Amino acid sequence: MNHPSPAENAGGSAPNRQQVMAILAAASPEDLSKFKTALSFPTDFDIIRQPETGLVMIRGRAGGTGAEFNLGEVTVTRCVVRISSGETGSSYCLGRHKQKALDAALFDALWQNPTHRSAVEEKVIAALKHKQDQAKADVAAETEATKVDFFTMVRGDN
Amino acid sequence: MYVAVKGGEEAISNAHQLLAKRRRGDTSVPALTVDQIAEQLSLAVARVMGEGSLYDEGLAALAIKQARGDLIEAAFLMRAYRTTLPRLGYSQPLDTGRMYIERRISATYKDLPGGQVLGPTFDYSHRLLDFALAADAEGLPEAVARRVSTPASMPRVTDLLGDEGLIEPDPARSADAAVSDLTREPLSFPADRDLRLQNLARGDEGFLLALAYSSQRGYARTHPFTGEIRYGAVEVEFFAEELGFAITLGTIKVTECQMVNQFSGSAKAAPTFTRGYGLVFGQVERKAMAMSMVDRAMRWEELGEELTAPVQDHEFVLSHSDNIQATGFVEHLKLPHYVDFQAELDLIRKLRAEWLEAQGAVDPANGKKEAAE
Repeated sequence: MNHPSPAENAGGSAPNRQQVMAILAAASPEDLSKFKTALSFPTDFDIIRQPETGLVMIRGRAGGTGAEFNLGEVTVTRCVVRISSGETGSSYCLGRHKQKALDAALFDALWQNPTHRSAVEEKVIAALKHKQDQAKADVAAETEATKVDFFTMVRGDN
Repeated sequence: MYVAVKGGEEAISNAHQLLAKRRRGDTSVPALTVDQIAEQLSLAVARVMGEGSLYDEGLAALAIKQARGDLIEAAFLMRAYRTTLPRLGYSQPLDTGRMYIERRISATYKDLPGGQVLGPTFDYSHRLLDFALAADAEGLPEAVARRVSTPASMPRVTDLLGDEGLIEPDPARSADAAVSDLTREPLSFPADRDLRLQNLARGDEGFLLALAYSSQRGYARTHPFTGEIRYGAVEVEFFAEELGFAITLGTIKVTECQMVNQFSGSAKAAPTFTRGYGLVFGQVERKAMAMSMVDRAMRWEELGEELTAPVQDHEFVLSHSDNIQATGFVEHLKLPHYVDFQAELDLIRKLRAEWLEAQGAVDPANGKKEAAE
C-alpha cells in the first residue's frame, strides 16, 4: 500500500545509521528501557548534550507537490551521549520523553562501536523493527478490509 | 485616565479553587486519565493539536482535561505552552504520497489505482445513539476484519489528472523565496499562498466550515469535487546540521484533501481544472475539506476571477480565522472597563442634557420621546 521510504530497510541488508536512528526514534520508551536493562551492554556514558525538548516546524507542500508552507509544530526531544570507547550517539525523537532520548542516543553510540554493532543490530534494532513492521502490517490489513469492491448490476434483456 | 484598582485577590483565589472542584465534578465518578482522552477522544485531541498548531497527543489530551472539554481553551493552552520551548528548526516537507494510508476516498473516480478505502469513518453510520456505549462495562470491541494483500500504490488523484494535463500543475515557488511563518512574523498583506495555508491549517474549524459552505451556496462558487481525501501516518524528516544527514523523527497522522475545481484558461493556456488544498493534523476531515475550498476561493486573483464574496477576501478570512485571537478580543470585553465606561456615561449624560434642552425649547412636554426611537 505504501511506497518504500528511505528510512526503511528494503532488502533485509544491514541497516545504515539513518535507519537505525529512525527505528530507535519510533520505539516506545518502555521497549528501549527494557532492552537496556535486559542486555549486557556497557551503559556508562557521558552526556554531551542534555536531553532537550523543543519544537520542529513541520512543512507541507501546497497540493502535496507544490510550494512549501508551514503546517504546524511538533514536540521533539534530542540528546547526545559519548560512550567510554569514544563513539558519540545522537537521538531525535518525536515527543517529550527525555529518558527515551537518552536511551536512543546510547544505542546509536553502541551501534557505531564495532564490538557492539552486531549485537545491537540483532538484539535491539531487529526486534524493534519487527515490532514496528508488525504494527504497520496490522493497520494495513485492517484498513485493506475496508476497501470497496464495486460490482455492477447487469440488467437483463427482458 | 487610569485608576489603580486593587482587591479581588481572595475572590480570584477562591474562584480558582472552585473551578478546580467543578472541573473534577462528582468525585464518586472516577477521574479521567490523559491516556483515556488521548485514546478515546482522539478527534477532539486532533482538533486541539490543529488549532493549537502543536502536534503532541499527550499535551492536547491534558489541555482538554484541564479546559473541561472547552476545545478553544485547550488550543489556547497549547499555544501558550509552545512559547516555552525552543525552536529546533524546520522539517523536510512531508511527503503525503508516501502516507501509511488508513483512509483514502475519491468522489471523482470510482475505480482508481489503489481503490476506495473507507477506514474508520462516521460516513455510513445511521447517527442513532448507541446506548450500549452508556453501559457500565463497555467490554472489548468486536475483532475487526483483516485482509492481507500486496501493497498497492495509491497515486494522488491530482497526479492522475496532472499526467493528462487536465489540472493545473501545483504552482511552484522560486527557490530563493523564504517560506512565511506566522509564528515568527505577524500576519501581513498581501498574503501569499504559503502564509494563507499556514493560517488556514491552524484556523477555526467552524469558521472555515461556514466559509466553505457559503461558497457552495453561491458566494463565490468554485464548483468543487473531492478529488481525494487521504488520512494516515506520514514520516517527519529533519535535517540535523551536526550530523549532516536527514533523520526520521517518527510519524504523525494527517488528513489531506485535494479539491478539484472548475476551470481556468486563457488565450495562452488551455482550460484545466484548478486546485484547492487542505492539510491538517490528525483525522479532521471536515476541516481539511473546508480548508481546501477556502484555499481555492482565495486564489481568485491568480486565476483571473472577480472578488465578490467574503470567502475570497484574504484580509477578511485570514484576520478572523484564528480562534485564539478571536476569543481573546471578544472575551476581553469581560475585563474591567470601568474607566472607559465612566467616560461614556459622562458623554451620554451630556448628550442627553443637550438634546432635552433643545427639545424642551421647542416642546417641553415631549421629554420622553427618545425611548421610542
